[in-house]
This record gives sequence, C-alpha cells and structure tokens, in this order.
Amino acid sequence: MIQLNVNGKPKRADVDPDTPLLWTLRDSLLLTGTKFGCGAGLCGACTVHVDGQPTRSCITPVSSVAGKKITTIEAVDNSRVGKAVQDAWRKLDVVQCGYCQSGQIMSAVSLLKTKKNPTDADIDAAMAGNLCRCATYVRIRAAIHEAAKALA
Amino acid sequence: MTQAIHNLSRRHFLQGSAGLTLGLALPAFAAKGAKTATAVGSVAAFEPTPFLSIGADNSVTVISKHLEMGQGTYTGLATIVAEELDAAWSQVRVDGAPADAKRYNNLAFGPMQGTGGSTAMANSWDQLRQTGAVARAMLVAAAAKRWNVPAAEIGVRDGVVSHAASKHRATFGELAEAAAAEAVPASVPLKDPKDFSLVGKHAPRKDSFAKTNGTAQFTQDVHLPGMLVAVVAHPPRFGGKVKSFDASKTKAVKGVVDVVAIPNGVAVLAKDTWSAKKGRDALSVEWDDSAAFKLGSDEIFARYHALAQTPGLIARKDGDGDAALAGAAKIVKASYDFPYLAHAAMEPMNCVVQFTGDSLEVWNGEQFQTVDQGNLAALFGLPPEKVNIHMLYAGGSFGRRACTDSDYVKEAASIVKAAGTRAPVKMVWLREDDTKGGYYRPQFHHAMEAALNADGSIRAWRHRLVGQSIAKGSPFEGFMIKDGVDGLSVEGAASLPYGIPNLQVELHTPSDITVPVLWWRSVGSTHTAYSTETFLDKLAAESKQDPVALRLKLLDKHPRHAGVLRLAAEKAGWGTPLAKGKPGERRGRGVAVHESFHSYVAQVAEVTVQADGSVRVDRVVTAVDCGVAINPDVIRAQVEGSVGFALSAALHGEITLKDGVVEQGNFGEYAPIRINEMPKTEVYIVPSAEKPTGIGEPAVPPVAPSVANAIAAATGKWLTRLPFRSDELKA
Repeated sequence: MIQLNVNGKPKRADVDPDTPLLWTLRDSLLLTGTKFGCGAGLCGACTVHVDGQPTRSCITPVSSVAGKKITTIEAVDNSRVGKAVQDAWRKLDVVQCGYCQSGQIMSAVSLLKTKKNPTDADIDAAMAGNLCRCATYVRIRAAIHEAAKALA
Repeated sequence: MTQAIHNLSRRHFLQGSAGLTLGLALPAFAAKGAKTATAVGSVAAFEPTPFLSIGADNSVTVISKHLEMGQGTYTGLATIVAEELDAAWSQVRVDGAPADAKRYNNLAFGPMQGTGGSTAMANSWDQLRQTGAVARAMLVAAAAKRWNVPAAEIGVRDGVVSHAASKHRATFGELAEAAAAEAVPASVPLKDPKDFSLVGKHAPRKDSFAKTNGTAQFTQDVHLPGMLVAVVAHPPRFGGKVKSFDASKTKAVKGVVDVVAIPNGVAVLAKDTWSAKKGRDALSVEWDDSAAFKLGSDEIFARYHALAQTPGLIARKDGDGDAALAGAAKIVKASYDFPYLAHAAMEPMNCVVQFTGDSLEVWNGEQFQTVDQGNLAALFGLPPEKVNIHMLYAGGSFGRRACTDSDYVKEAASIVKAAGTRAPVKMVWLREDDTKGGYYRPQFHHAMEAALNADGSIRAWRHRLVGQSIAKGSPFEGFMIKDGVDGLSVEGAASLPYGIPNLQVELHTPSDITVPVLWWRSVGSTHTAYSTETFLDKLAAESKQDPVALRLKLLDKHPRHAGVLRLAAEKAGWGTPLAKGKPGERRGRGVAVHESFHSYVAQVAEVTVQADGSVRVDRVVTAVDCGVAINPDVIRAQVEGSVGFALSAALHGEITLKDGVVEQGNFGEYAPIRINEMPKTEVYIVPSAEKPTGIGEPAVPPVAPSVANAIAAATGKWLTRLPFRSDELKA
C-alpha cells in the first residue's frame, strides 16, 4: 500500500512499487484526465506536477513520489495560473480531439509559473515535449500568450 | 459504474422508436418520436426527431450520429440545429447517438452509419435544419394554444418563445411537454441564410470544457465494475499466427487473471493495465510465419517500379495520351515514392466489450457503427441489433477507427469470446502495438510523363499509379471498385481539373502485397495531390511560366479551384519578393491547389532550406471553399491542424518494413511534428452559398506539394521521395 498526496488529498493505492504513477492515477484512483500516449516519456500526454515540477507520469514509478505533492488536470484550476491557462484554452478553443490537452495544459502551467511573459521561442522550447497529433500548436502558442496577458 | 457514460440513457430512451425509417422523412418519424417524451431516465421531454431532445429543464440536447474525433462535428451539428431552432447556444449540449443505422445512417453512405469522407456536415445539413425548424414550429404551436394567440405573431429568440402584444414568454423547457403533443407540421419553412445568427458566426466548441478539465470520456477512460484490461502479444509479421505459447511466467504476475489465444495473437487479461502489460512482457510466444508477409519496403518499391514500366488499367482517358507523347518534341518525366503511413492517433486503439449472454455492449470511439455491428454480430452469432455501441470521444482517428474489417474492435471481442467471460474487457494497445498494427496509408509509386508544345502548353499528361487497394476485400469493394480500378487509389489524379487535351491515368493494383491498408486523412489525395501538383510546377519551370498563372490558365472551367488559388496567392503576396534568409539559408515560396471531398483548397508555403539540407516551413497561407461555412472557427482550426498533420508526413512520416517486420514502434521512430516545427498559418474562407462540404480532410493534400514547390523554388531540386530527405538538399 502506497501513500500519496494527490490534488491536496491523501490517497492510498494497492499497487506494486514499480507501477508508473500514470497507471496508479488512472486505474487505482480513477483520475483518468491524465492520459496514456506512449509509455516512454515521448509524448507528454501523461504530464502531471510533482512538487510543482512537470513530470511524465508514465515513466515515474509510484514509489518515487510517495509523500510528494501531486497535481493532476482535475485540480489544475486550484491555482491562479492553472485557472488562467484553462480559461485561455477555452476562450481560444484550442482543443480538437483533446486527448493530449491535459498534458499540454500541465506543461503550459509549469512554463507560466517560471516565465511570466514567454516568447514564441520560449513556448516552443517548453512545449516541445508535448505531442499533439491534431497539431493544435498554433492555438497552444496563442493560448499561452493569452493566459500570460490575463495573469499580468 | 464509476462514471457516467453518456449514451446509456440515450439508448434506452430511444428504444421505443427503433425500427422506423428516417432519411429525410422527418415528420412521419417525429409523430412517433414525440411519444417517447416521458421515457425512463429523462425529464418530460420533447423529442421531435431522433436528433433532438428538449428537456423540461430547458436543456437542448442534439444527438450526434457522427463521431467527435477532434474535427468539430459535435459543434458543427449542434450549430445547424440551434440555428433553425433559435436556441440559446449556452443551453445546447451534444450526446453521441447509439448504433442504429435505421435512424442514424450517414446519408452519404446510404444505409450505413459511420463517420468519414468529410461528410458529417454535408449529409446532415438538410436533415438537421429540418430538425431544428420542425421543433421550433411545434414549440410555437404549443405556445399559441397556451396563450390563445396566432402562431404567426409568436417569435423565438435565444431559447425564449414570446408574444410581444400580450407580453407572454416561455422557455423551451416550459413548453416541451406541450410541444410533444402537437401535430408534426407537414412542411416547415427554413431560414433565409441572411437571417442566420449562428451559422457563419462564432459558436464556441461544445467539447472545450470537458477536454480541459480531464472529464471528457475516451475509450481509454472507461472503468466498469469487474472490468478486466487486456494487452495483446501480436505476431511480428502480418499474417503470422501463434504456434505455441508459454504463459507460466505471465500467470505469476500479480493481477493477471487469464491468458488466451486469439486469432491475432495471445491476450493477457488482468485487473489493471500495468499488470496486463507486465504479463504480456513475460509471455513467451512461438510464431508461425509460414503464411506471413515477408517482404521489405525496398522490395515492394522494386516491384512497383517494374510494374510502372507497363500500362495499367485505365482510370481516365481524354484524347490519346500515348500517341501524343510518342510524337512530342519535349518530354518531361518524374516518378514518386510514397511510404506506408500510420495514423498514430494520440489515443492508441482500444475498445471495451462486454458479453451479457444475449447481447454485446461496446464502448468505443466509434467511427463505423454498421460495419462493426455486423462483424461483432457474426463473431458471436447474434443479430446486429444486439450489438449495442456506446460512442465515446475518440482521441484522434484520421480514419483508423473506421476499419473496413473492424480489426481492433473484433480483436477486443475475440478476447471476450476466448476468455468466456461476462466481465467487461478493455483491450488496450500500447503505442508500439498501434504503430505496428497495420492498416496504413498504402505505399505508392507514381510515374508521370508529359509532353510540352513549343509554346509551353501541355499537350499530353500520363499518370501511372502503383499501389494496394483499400477497398479490395472490404464491404465497399462493389461500390468503390469500377472495372478493376479502386477509386480511392486514383482520386485526385483521375479527377485532375486541368485542361489538358490528352490525359491518361492508369493504375496497377498489386494483389500479392498483403500489408493491411486503410484510408488515412484525405485518402488517395495524400499522394495524388503531391505528384500532380509538384509535376505541374516542374512543367511550369520547364516552360518558364509562373506556377499560379499556368494553373489559372488551365482552370478556366473550374471557377472554385481558381477562386481559392487567386485568394491564397493574393493573401500570400505571390509575386512579391520573399525576405532573404540568413547567410547560407535558401528561401522559397510554393503553391498548390487541390479539390477533395468537394472542398477546394489552395495553399502557398514559404520555406527556408539550411545548408545542411534541413527544411523549416515558415508560413502556410490557405484559402478554402467548403460551401457555407457553418462554423468558421472550426474550419480555421481544421486547416491549422491539417497543415501540421500533413507536415508530419512530409518531413518525418514513414513506416518501413524489413523482412515483413515493421521497423517503427514508438514516437521516437515515428515522429509527428512538434510545436517548434509548426509554421505560422493563415486561413481565408471563401464566402459561399453552396451547400456545405467537408473540412476535416481537404486541407491536408496541398500542404506537402506547396512545401515541395517552395523547396524547388529555393534550391532547384524536385523532391520525389516522401518523407523529404535532407541529404538531397545539402547546399
């Protein structure tokens, strides 16, 4: 039994220590907003925050995050930056199929927490780990600028 | 159940009306449909057609017969209904329809329910305008009766029905029950397009909210009581079979429940996904490759190149291409190689199936209801209507979830059958399973030859294509293959719009290449637009003509092609000098125009080619004519996404085989473009009163050729192999 702190709440999961955080969130805690895309840290669909750091949950053993603060898309709007990013995503209708967007939003929130007014180049560098097969990249850039403006 | 599955109540709700025909015979249906208004699980509601339900809680629910896989269908279909209904956009929600071809067939597919070919808006436009208008008329009739005023004096706006003189007003919800008892009008007037308040304006996406807070339900997210997860070991080669397997280590993995052989491999069933994956990794399988496909991509191309030296079946013949070529002064030739391409949706293929004893329940990002119902019914010996399909959001598809033989859906069901379980089973493909799973855009070779007259005009054009047929062996063979020619192989080539007197298109369809192939966003045009549009540019260069001017000259009978071409050229600044790059950089601008699925798209691309041959696409300007623009912002989004999707294939996309084994697995080897490779995009929509056509696919085809033409303008090199190879472009 592993003790976790997810979205501000204590959680227990009966999984092997090598189980990736992704599958613990999805299959044990039924927090399915965090997505499975590649299982290899290549697409970013599984991005969550661990103690504030963007983390690929598909390659993170759950045992390594016991006791740390985990934030998923389901609680992203608890922070001011998270809410601004989510609002910008909605205002600009960024999503298409939507499957990668939880991860995109989590990565964008991390970017804006470290860089208040990112340039396109900053955005490209910070977001290049998040694949979007629908290629909503034009709007991802625009929405990050939009959120930055709203937070200024 | 741990979460609401939207379609469950919908299915029960509509059961009372099953078996009636629809098509455009809405009023006849509506009378019956209205009687289901107080069915289980709903507030007293008004359901004038199978596509709309209005609740006493004032909710307006549009029932989408089409899959939402990113292309904006839910929003577009709801826009059409809400427009004629005069609903407030904020009160409108969308639910997926159950599988029932009698009510929810795609009118473009005949008696079949399914999503594809960029048909959702085109086939629903009249149907859903009728739905909205019929419902509006019945709400007005109910209000007229209640207020004792003439119906003609009643207005409807933003979901409120009102009578100005008497100051009466009511919401849809307040009138729903009464409206359900009204007679269905025999005919209803539709709006004059000048009065549209949603169509052509901005109606925000209906799926944005749920897709930005983790609540949107994809197949991957389904959790049901007692559900098992299955991960499958597939044969390494197409057509391979299981010879034997040893599951002893697998069965020792905690959480593993069962291991079963299925027609296409060995499935490990476990209590959760990770245990199933670990179980599969511990499996030892010996494969029987005696009937498997064992060629490599290079060997396939070698065969195709040889075939292209011989005449193929005629797909189009204007004049006499062979004779005109034989006597020509100047001949220009080019040949092209296109690889297999995987769809690589972000959500790998998956499907949830439960056998209840007398029916199958299926949860899926469902794109091909009627085909999947038929195939699953056959597998279980059930009538098709006993296969209940709950359509969830699909995390991308690009054609993959509309599989002609229901491959992954059947695989999930075959696991349930082999395990003999009544538990719901979620089959999950891992990324590598998805990439290696076949059903690719077919590998193709094109050989082209043209004859130029002394004045630069094109005297003859011969286009020979070699590649596998998508329709062959599928339920669509009779419909799509004419005189041996699969229309899906030659579309865009046989429909070449240019006025050329001697034009011949030929096709070879090798039957001994058995890699599974399928439609891939924009289908035949994925390769035909590339060869035709780059070859035309090459002819323009050979005859020293401007590529836009030459096209316009050849398009005098095709005003919609010419319209988008002129618009894109104007907006891109065609003919103006392009800003110079840094030292060592070569820059160029290129154009392409192509019609697919009755939509017309022209693109102008600007590129920078580095000294090392790498290509950066800086800007893509698109002009599109897809008839009435129902939701312009969704159209813009589809074009933006199509640019990125097409660039993924042009710059990186390639599935290769070696000894029959697919060489790519995860995103490291099969790499869609990332945000840093995404160009600036501009989208211009031609105002049109023509009926709406599609936009999910048509902006894909011209991207690669416009970029290739820009590269040629920058470097003088015509790329004829996809994806582009930087070693061909080194300075």
